[in-house]
Amino acid sequence: MLTIRRDLVDAMVAHARRDHPDEACGVIAGPDGSDRPERFIPMLNAARSPTFYEFDSGDLLRLYREMDANDEVPVVIYHSHTATEAYPSRTDAKIAAEPYAHYVLVSTRDPHEHELRSFRIVDGVITEEPVEVVESYRFAHTGPDDVPEL
Amino acid sequence: MAVTVSIPTILRTHTGGEKTVPAAGDTLAQVIDDLEANHGGLKARLVKDGVLHRFVNVYVNDEDVRFAGGLEAKVADGDNVTILPAVAGGAR
Repeated sequence: MLTIRRDLVDAMVAHARRDHPDEACGVIAGPDGSDRPERFIPMLNAARSPTFYEFDSGDLLRLYREMDANDEVPVVIYHSHTATEAYPSRTDAKIAAEPYAHYVLVSTRDPHEHELRSFRIVDGVITEEPVEVVESYRFAHTGPDDVPEL
Repeated sequence: MAVTVSIPTILRTHTGGEKTVPAAGDTLAQVIDDLEANHGGLKARLVKDGVLHRFVNVYVNDEDVRFAGGLEAKVADGDNVTILPAVAGGAR
């Protein structure tokens, strides 16, 4: 299960819409061991393509050094599909190399309704997981209607 | 030449969980052979048919070796070699 704040979901969808029809990509980093996405890092798609994405190699090195220095890991790795469903392609599964990341796909093929789904990809095997969108991680397990009144 | 190699999460099964390991060599190819001698299985994850895998990035200090001779890239004493899988994919 991916538990993620609504503002981070909105940020991924906004990025995907902005770069449409090219694929958008990025990372949401979080503290090592927390499984909690916190820091939104949109990346440049060096391929600038509607059917492929790749982080620029220099950007990739800077990103990982920065996360290492902050004791962060890539909790979410996201990208968009702009003409197909939000499900990992064979290419996605083959290249995926972060066994502990949540791979989030956003489809922007419909101009009004986006589709967002999350997967684990380990050794090329794709496993879909539920996505729980929360307003705050503090109340993450209380359900959307049980947030205490202020 | 003694260098320090940063190992990405997915390859740490080959290094007993270590994030960095020492290795030796004058070129990246020699460093990878030395890695293989101590951490069997690593080379096949990095090199195929005598060239680096398309979706594995290797850096000597700050430079992507693709722009510095690939496997023949020179390394010097004290250099940091960083291995990072590409973050890539797409609908294609």
